[in-house]
Amino acid sequence: MFNQKKFTVSHAPFWHNGSSVSVRYYNIILAALPAVLFGFFTYGMPAVGVVCLSVSSAVAWELAFNKISKRPFSIGDGNAAMIGLLFAMLLPATSPWWLVITGTFVAVIIGKQIYGGIGGNPFNPVLVGLAILTLSWKDYFDFNEVLVNYDLGYSMAYPLASLKHFGVFAISDFKPAALLMGQQSGGIGAIFGLGLILGGIYLIIRGCIRWEISISFLAGVSITAVLFNMADPAHYAGPAFHILTGYTLIGAFFLATEDSSSPVNFIPMLIYGASAGMLTVLIRNIGAYADGVVFAILIANLVNPLVDKIRPKALGKVV
Amino acid sequence: MIKRSFVALTKPRLSYRAIEQTPPEPKIMPVPKHATLLLNGLYDPFGQKKSVLLKKGDPVKTGQKLSLYEDSDAYVVSSVTGTISAVSSFSGDFGKSYAAISIDVAENEEIDEQFSALVTEPTLETVKNCLAFIPGNLPSVIFSPDQSSTPIDTIVICGVDRDLLITANQHTVVKESKAIKRGVQILRQVTGIDNIIMASPEHLMQDAGLSGAEVRIVNPGYPSSLPHLIMRDALGQVVPAGKSCEDLGVVFMSAEAVASLGKSFNEGRIPFQKRFNVIKKDGSSTLVSARIGTPVSDIFAAFDIDVNEKDRIIFGGPMTGTSIYSENHPIQPDTDAVMIQDYKDLALVSDYPCINCGECIPVCPTRIQVNMLVRLLEVGNYQEAADEYDLYSCIECGLCSFVCVSRMPILQYIKLAKYELDRISTVEEANV
Repeated sequence: MFNQKKFTVSHAPFWHNGSSVSVRYYNIILAALPAVLFGFFTYGMPAVGVVCLSVSSAVAWELAFNKISKRPFSIGDGNAAMIGLLFAMLLPATSPWWLVITGTFVAVIIGKQIYGGIGGNPFNPVLVGLAILTLSWKDYFDFNEVLVNYDLGYSMAYPLASLKHFGVFAISDFKPAALLMGQQSGGIGAIFGLGLILGGIYLIIRGCIRWEISISFLAGVSITAVLFNMADPAHYAGPAFHILTGYTLIGAFFLATEDSSSPVNFIPMLIYGASAGMLTVLIRNIGAYADGVVFAILIANLVNPLVDKIRPKALGKVV
Repeated sequence: MIKRSFVALTKPRLSYRAIEQTPPEPKIMPVPKHATLLLNGLYDPFGQKKSVLLKKGDPVKTGQKLSLYEDSDAYVVSSVTGTISAVSSFSGDFGKSYAAISIDVAENEEIDEQFSALVTEPTLETVKNCLAFIPGNLPSVIFSPDQSSTPIDTIVICGVDRDLLITANQHTVVKESKAIKRGVQILRQVTGIDNIIMASPEHLMQDAGLSGAEVRIVNPGYPSSLPHLIMRDALGQVVPAGKSCEDLGVVFMSAEAVASLGKSFNEGRIPFQKRFNVIKKDGSSTLVSARIGTPVSDIFAAFDIDVNEKDRIIFGGPMTGTSIYSENHPIQPDTDAVMIQDYKDLALVSDYPCINCGECIPVCPTRIQVNMLVRLLEVGNYQEAADEYDLYSCIECGLCSFVCVSRMPILQYIKLAKYELDRISTVEEANV
C-alpha cells in the first residue's frame, strides 16, 4: 500500500474548453492594435511614448499593489496591460508623463484593486481613471488645444467640440468616409473607426466580448441621434457623425463591454447597452461635455447590478 | 478533450456518442486474481454490538450473499469464488464510507445455489434479497419504498448514457433486447408499476421499441440525458428545486440494470459481467466487459495503458465522473466508464476569482445565475446561495466549470454547498 502511485484527484468535470483569462485579455489587446498602430502613424513618437508609458505604468501599479497587499502576482493575466492600453487610446498624444501615470494609478488602484482586484470592480477602471483626470485637468483633454501643433492635411478641429459650439453647419466638412478612415483629431486609439470596428468584430467572433452590449450601444446612439436630428436638423447631427466621432466606437467595443461592470443576461445586456448609448447622445447634445461616452458608460455601470436582476426563472424554481 | 473553437459565436456543442450500427462485441476481461467488493456503510468491527460475519480466510462462492454484520440489511453479492483476504474500511467522495472486502480468487469457480432455487417465481422479495448488486445497479427505492414519500408510479429506463464518450447503455439496448424485454416484464410483475418508459436516443428507437416499454426520444446534446432533463423533456414534468425525481414518483434505472434483471431470471444465475467503456489517454473509447470487483489496474494492463504518477483515473465520464485515488479501485455495479488522463493533459482548476465574463449563463441548462452563485459559494454563504440564487436548481451537469474562463471549480463549490447545507439540516433535525 505504501509504494502506490499517487494520482491527481479532483472534482468533475475533467474537461475544460481551454479558455483562460489571459487569452481573453491578450485577445482584446490584439484587437485594439490596429487602432493603436494607426494612432502611432498619425501622431508619431509622442503617441508611442504615451502608450508605452501607460501600459508599463499600469502593470507597475498592479505589481506594486500585489506586493503591498501580499496577494499573488496577477500581472500575467493581461488585465493591467489591457487597462493601460485602453487608457492610452483615449488620451491625446501630447499628454504629459505625469498625467499618464496618475491616470493609470487611478484606473488600476482606485478603479480595480481596492475592490478586490479583477472581477470585483463595479466601474470600468479605464473610465474611472479618465473621468477623474477629465474633471481634475480639463485643459489637457481639450483636443483643439492640445493637438494645435499637428497639421496632418485635414481639419484638426475636434469634431464633437465643433458640433457643440457651432452646430451642424460647422461639421459639414467632416465626411463619414474620412472619419471612418481616421481623418479627425481625437484620442490616440479612438480616431480610426475602421480599425476599431474590425477589432470589435474580431472580439465578437472570438467570444471575448458580449456582442449584445456592443450592438445595443450602437443602436442606442443611432436611435437617439436620429430622434434629435429629426426634431432639429440644424442643431443636432445625424447618427453617422455620432457613431464615427469621439469615443463612440471604442466605447461600444472595448469600454462598455468590460466584463466585471456589465450585465450577463440577455435582456439586461440590451438595456445596459442601449441606455449607455442613449446617454452618450444626450450628454453630447444637451449636456455640458463635448463627448458623453465616458460618463454615459459609468452611469450605465452604476445601474448594472440592478438591471442584471432581470433574469430568467431557473428550472424548478418555486416561489 | 473538446476545445473551444476559434469562432466562439456559436457555442461548442457537446454531443453524446452514438453507438455504431452494428456495434462490436465488448472485449471480455478474464476473471481477476484479486477482487474487491465495496459494501455500503462504515466498517467498524470494534464499535459494533452485532457480531461481525466476515473475516480473513472465509471461503466465498460466486453469487454468495455477503453481509458484514448479523441482521444487517446491507449486503454485496460475491462476483468470484475464493477466500477473503482482507476486510478494511474505504472512503469515497464527500465522506462516504464503505467496507472493502478483498477476495483472493480460486481457480475453480463454484456457483452459490441460493438464487437459482428462487428463480421460478420472481418476487419483489427475491429481487431485494439477491439482486441489489447486479450490473447497472438497481435503484434501491423500487424494492424498499420509503413510506413517507410519494409512491413510485413510473419507471424510466435510460437507454441513453449519462455522460459523453460512453456507449455501455446503448450497447445493452442494441444487443440485449430480449433480456430487457424480460426485465420489463419482471419489473411490472414484482413492483406492480405499469407505467414503464424507455428513454432512448433517436437512432435506437427500433431497438428500444422491442423492450415492451413506451419509448420517448432524448435529444443527443449534452446534458439532455440527465434525469431532471429527461423528466422535463420526455415526461413533461419539472422537478421543483431541491426535490428529486423520486419525490414525484419517478425512478430512473439504466437499461443495463433491466437487462441484468431479465438475464438473472432467464438463466437462473446472477450476472456479474459489467459492461463499461475504457477511455484511453488519447480519448478513444472501447467497450469492455469485466467482472464486478476487478481492480482497474488489471484493465489498464490489458489495454497496455501506462499509468504514471499524477495521472488522473476517473470512474464515469468526463463531465460527471469521480476521480479515484488508487489503482486497486474495483469496478462497481454502476461503473459506466473508466477514463484515464495523462498528467500532461490535465485541465486543472485555478484559484482565480470570477471575472464576470458571462460564459456560464447561456450554457446553463437550468438558467442559474452562476456568476452570482459562485461569488456566494466562494465565501461560504451557502444559505443565501440557496435562497437567492437557485443553488438547488442545479442538476450538476458541469457545463459551467467546463466553459469557465477563470477555471473555477464551480461544480465542486455547488456540490460542497449542497453537502454542507444537508449536514446542517441533519444536525438541526437531530437537535429538535
